[in-house]
Amino acid sequence: MSRYTSATDADRVAMLAAAGAESIDELFESIPAEVRLGRELELPGGKSEQDVYAYLRDLAAQNVSAEDEVSFVGAGMYDHYVPALIDSITSRSEFLTPYTPYQPEVSQGTLQVMFEYQTAISELTGLPVSNATLYDAPSAVASAGWLARLHNRRGRFLVSRGLHPHSREALATTAAGYGTAVEELGDEIHDDVSAVFVGHPTFFGVVEDLEALAAATHDAGALLVVQCDPMTLGILKSPGELGADIAVGEGQPLGNRLDYGGPSFGFFAAQEQYLRRMPGRIAGETRDVDGKRGFVLTLQTREQHIRREKATHNITTAQTLNALAGIVYLSWLGRRGLVEIGELMLHRTAYARKALSALDGVELLHEGPVVREFAVRLAAPVEKVIERCAAEGVNPGYPLGRDYPEHEDGLLTAITERRTRADIDRLAAVLGAAVAAEREAVAA
Amino acid sequence: MTETIFERSVQARRAFVAPELDVPRDDDALPERFRRAEAPRLPEIAEPEIVRHYNRLSRRNFDLDTGFYPLGSCTMKHNPKLHERVAALPGHARLHPLQAPARAQGALRLMAELQAALAEIAGLPHVSLQPSAGSQGELAGVLLTRAYHDDRGDHRTKVLTPDTAHGTNPATVTMAGYELVKLGTADDGGVDLDDLRAKADDDVACLMLTNPNTLGLFDTNIVEIAHVVHDVGATLYYDGANINAMMGRARPGDMGFDIVHYNLHKTFTQPHGGGGPGAGPIAVSERLEPYLPRPQVVRRDDGSFDLDFDRPKSIGRLRGFQGNFGVFVRAYAYILSLGADGLKEASETAVLNANYLQARLRELAGDLLPSAYERRCMHEFVLTGAPMKREIGLKTTDLAKRLLDHGFHPPTVYFPLLVDEALLVEPTETETRETLDAFAEAIAEILREGREDPEVARTAPHTTPVRRLDEAGAAKRPVVRQPM
Repeated sequence: MSRYTSATDADRVAMLAAAGAESIDELFESIPAEVRLGRELELPGGKSEQDVYAYLRDLAAQNVSAEDEVSFVGAGMYDHYVPALIDSITSRSEFLTPYTPYQPEVSQGTLQVMFEYQTAISELTGLPVSNATLYDAPSAVASAGWLARLHNRRGRFLVSRGLHPHSREALATTAAGYGTAVEELGDEIHDDVSAVFVGHPTFFGVVEDLEALAAATHDAGALLVVQCDPMTLGILKSPGELGADIAVGEGQPLGNRLDYGGPSFGFFAAQEQYLRRMPGRIAGETRDVDGKRGFVLTLQTREQHIRREKATHNITTAQTLNALAGIVYLSWLGRRGLVEIGELMLHRTAYARKALSALDGVELLHEGPVVREFAVRLAAPVEKVIERCAAEGVNPGYPLGRDYPEHEDGLLTAITERRTRADIDRLAAVLGAAVAAEREAVAA
Repeated sequence: MTETIFERSVQARRAFVAPELDVPRDDDALPERFRRAEAPRLPEIAEPEIVRHYNRLSRRNFDLDTGFYPLGSCTMKHNPKLHERVAALPGHARLHPLQAPARAQGALRLMAELQAALAEIAGLPHVSLQPSAGSQGELAGVLLTRAYHDDRGDHRTKVLTPDTAHGTNPATVTMAGYELVKLGTADDGGVDLDDLRAKADDDVACLMLTNPNTLGLFDTNIVEIAHVVHDVGATLYYDGANINAMMGRARPGDMGFDIVHYNLHKTFTQPHGGGGPGAGPIAVSERLEPYLPRPQVVRRDDGSFDLDFDRPKSIGRLRGFQGNFGVFVRAYAYILSLGADGLKEASETAVLNANYLQARLRELAGDLLPSAYERRCMHEFVLTGAPMKREIGLKTTDLAKRLLDHGFHPPTVYFPLLVDEALLVEPTETETRETLDAFAEAIAEILREGREDPEVARTAPHTTPVRRLDEAGAAKRPVVRQPM
């Protein structure tokens, strides 16, 4: 079905004549006959707008979203409230429909957004320089690995078991290409180690002491890469204060929707000395010929379109619109709001942790401090307990056994500002009942 | 207005009202040594001023919804408004990526159906939607190639790319641990076959090719190229940035390509967002299927959809979760709207528009701004500004900047690299004949003006929010954040 095009039959005739062609087929003559398709694609015919809407609405209705249940699932993406002004700003054609700001004179909006975003990320992470986004947290971790490789050419990465499993896997996938070994972080860091990767808080929500690790990493001449949760950075010491060389993280909590996993953004900030090895776009401040302040894409000699095989990364298109959502969100939350939301999550999480660990058949997996997420072990099969809870309209969390065989009985529960005391009380009641019912089922 | 949001900040102003603390404070929850002494210096500003700030900033952008944006190799086609509505349905937008597959059946079905459609369009049987954009799709493709060869005990060291390739191709080759070997371009704009034959040996893992290439030309030797590559046991990789040229007309799989990446933000209408988000799904041949990233969306025997993590030969994941699902929703809405015939018509009209615009420019500006290759183009074409520079002293960049004053976004400039003073023009199918005419006439007018007074274009733009910016100074003394 012809859609979104304007060419009429009369246009076609006139345009073909201008182009010196007899037919549309003639325009495709450079494709050798033996590789022309010669049939229609085996896809359904086109549909009207209302039919496409109805079809996709019906598919959407087959999902149980955070709109339909009280969800305590986190594990890297979180059901935070997205304020209405974000939709209003990100849906503006002027932000939504241009591409990469190659022509800075007509892209000052996007470029200034990048600059403001970089400033905010730099503030959050306590590191002096930030790029203008990567795809998501795990690919940002992988990109930090590549930067470390370019920086010191050493052959080993050490990775904490508390780093997000998707980050660990993305790092391993990419490191396999350039031949750096990925090993689990133990007690010792030798001087053949390129970089050390940790989660802060860990995937299990726990805040750990990093100062000693940072010192040991630097003594070995390696880089410390910290994956952090931006929503905790109003109250937790920043990665920069803790001695990180590179801080990365998932930007979804900052004003971006869950969207079944994307698009969101990955942030990437570093110490000044790594600026010229950073991956991705960076906006910089400058002046125009009249002396007016303006912004441009800068340090482009790092990038693939200039340096090709010597580029510091292959990335071009990143997540600029999602970064816009991020900076608008951080402006909306504001300096005090980020602290307030951190405190709110801290106290509600403490409350939830007590409520859950008081249940029969539920105990804490870790004792360390947590901010917004914590793990428990259940004395009943986790997946079955989750199903029972879901039937009551409560999704209690993420089953750790999917990524950690040693925690087959583990459940990871996340709190956002949207989960009230009443929600937490209900979680405790439903989870307690589900665990009890599953234990009975096993006993019987 | 160049004040940043940080410069508009006034202590004690705010937009956010925190939900009530409805649980007891737990002062022991976080030991003091973990606490931050000073809160990040985020803006302090009320909602009306945030809205005004970003609305004003937005007006300093040129955008596709307002004007013609013929940026070559970027496929700046219309972004249908329906797509934003369906992507925002709560069943999509608030679906957690770790929701149990049994309670995400609609999303998994959507992904499975999109995979099937992309497989059919590419002519290759298996698809992974996971890669986040073209560059990650490329990396996935080259890592699949590595896994495939390694699995056969065949350790190869080189990857071939033509000198016309997008910069991402050579950068990807390096990141995947291969040595880059460049291929020359023949006089007709295609791969230099002799050079290919000389360089293709059993140390070559892959040839990465764009077809039509970045000159907008279809490589008529594609069948022979595929033979040469397959004869030495290498894989043939298709950079799908240009697939808008041939949907429903020809398929990379039928030409012998083993791996294709799509840019859903190009051909399949995901809005470009000022530089993302996008998505870069890959389609592959049977022999590469075992190595695809995990998880894969599969249909179980009982008809339900699931995520399959049990893929022992997989290269693993390249990113978190299932990929940029919101982009998949938009791309699938597009495929549903157009259907088989509509996709074909989209490509046909894209090629028609490009050929028409090329002809109009030949007529109006051919002496100073000729096509670099006088062959019929596909969906885009390359002009060279070399005569313009020589005859009237205007560089391609001057023409591009002066186009801004005429209300047009310039084409891609100075790419591909092998064309002197290049402009790569991709009009797309969603532009009208009148728009193409107006663009051609604007270029003619700029050249006419340049003959009389080249200084106007040399100092352009004159009507934009800022004028030419000091990029060298910005790189020399980088200021990449707001000082406080």
